[in-house]
Amino acid sequence: MLDDFLMRALLAGLAVAVATGPLGCFVVWRRMAYFGDATAHAAILGVALALGFQISIFIGTMVVALIMAMVVAALAGRGWAMDTTLGVLAHSALAFGLVAVSFLPNVRVDLSAYLFGDILAVSRFDLAVIALGSALVLGLILWRWQGLLMSTLSEDLAQSAGINPGRERMVLTLALAVVVAVALKIVGALLIAALLIIPAAAARNLARSPEMMALFAMAIGAVSVFGGLQLSLAQDTPSGPSIVVIAAMIFLATTLGATLVQNRSGR
Amino acid sequence: MSLITANSVSVSYGGRRVLTGIDFQIDRGEIVTIVGPNGSGKTSFLRTLLGVVAPDKGRITRAKGMRIGYVPQRLHLDPGLPMPVARFLSLPTRQSPQEIAEVLGRVGVPDVARQNMATLSGGQFQRVLLARALLIRPDILMLDEPTAGLDQPGVAAFYRLIEDVRRDLGCAVLSVSHDLHVVMSASDRVICINGHICCEGAPQVVRDAPEYRALFGLGTGGALALYQHSHDHVHDENCAHNDNHNHAKEHADHAG
Repeated sequence: MLDDFLMRALLAGLAVAVATGPLGCFVVWRRMAYFGDATAHAAILGVALALGFQISIFIGTMVVALIMAMVVAALAGRGWAMDTTLGVLAHSALAFGLVAVSFLPNVRVDLSAYLFGDILAVSRFDLAVIALGSALVLGLILWRWQGLLMSTLSEDLAQSAGINPGRERMVLTLALAVVVAVALKIVGALLIAALLIIPAAAARNLARSPEMMALFAMAIGAVSVFGGLQLSLAQDTPSGPSIVVIAAMIFLATTLGATLVQNRSGR
Repeated sequence: MSLITANSVSVSYGGRRVLTGIDFQIDRGEIVTIVGPNGSGKTSFLRTLLGVVAPDKGRITRAKGMRIGYVPQRLHLDPGLPMPVARFLSLPTRQSPQEIAEVLGRVGVPDVARQNMATLSGGQFQRVLLARALLIRPDILMLDEPTAGLDQPGVAAFYRLIEDVRRDLGCAVLSVSHDLHVVMSASDRVICINGHICCEGAPQVVRDAPEYRALFGLGTGGALALYQHSHDHVHDENCAHNDNHNHAKEHADHAG
């Protein structure tokens, strides 16, 4: 079964969707959208370094993404103007990464695979790493769920209950770095943040509780992967953007649906 | 033993010293109110006691295993986060539907369990915040201007509720307020704070203290009548000072 590249692509995509669903909810709730962008864009720099030092791309992107996430978190703690800081960091990381790749001697890199993802090229080894990374993220979020939710609501409230909000932030930072590393192959550095935010935002229109929202986000992510893969195959479109296009259409549908329901009950 | 003790605590916030040399303690079952004008450092003080802010000088000691029921000044709910009341009450520990129904009844909003937090009125919202704090079975309730945004009957009703709760649970209550109008008479002790402790003592003592009057003017005296009740007599004739004001003696004279 795993010899079929389509099956591998689908499984890899579903694995990533299962992790990005709940993590994406926290990104939405905590308004970390740009944070996700900065971390994901740094992944390109990670790719360049990994190729340069000839280490695993997964390791390279994860380390650089983690460093970036920690830098951003530290700056946020110092009360910098986050909007500007994140804008600077996100795009600088991407630019430095692109320039760094061009410096690599004797390496012919298909950059678009890293920018837009190349889900159809997932190997069995890739699939194993992606599944492991996703399981790790999902496990981390499930384990810390109450604490994460509490410190998302209010860090003071969390502290009063003996929950260390700094530790919960660290959990999310770590989870984000792992997701960036495993999702790079699926949607590419430019669209990882989209895979985090759009399913969660679409789920918000349907959900009445945080848990429901996380489950819906997973499901919407999974449907997007499935639909995007179909689209990519049928129309020969790039796989990453195709997945995000389907997610965006689901978002549009749930938003319209929620608005209609609201208007009807409002009358 | 005291629940929380602060020994000459100083706190800075963003490089600015907001609190200097605070000595404080609260015992089991005590009702203490901290008053101070806006920007006086009273919220910072509460957050220091909670452990959110670390003091840069001095020491905070908390009783082992002490449970804090914290009611924040306000809680910003991101519109992206759907949060039914019953779910909110299950933070940080899961609660059974019976417990949730019971505590909501106790704080006077029995019918909101299934509502989204965002749809509650100001008064309902504060009561739900209080309900969550009560589910912790607190040794101490910490309230940071819990009635900001409520109208006067709402404020009076809320503090009456706090008093009932305290009578039933026997927990200590530490509340922060920028005015003494309604809070004061139920308190065992009032601490007037403005970067440091200006004066402290029984409500009437603080009300008459020149430091308090200097901070708040004389206009508040009459409004105290709003919520007079049977506790309204002097418990503590010694208005403690940890500042070298020369008014100390005058206080004692006033009180006596």
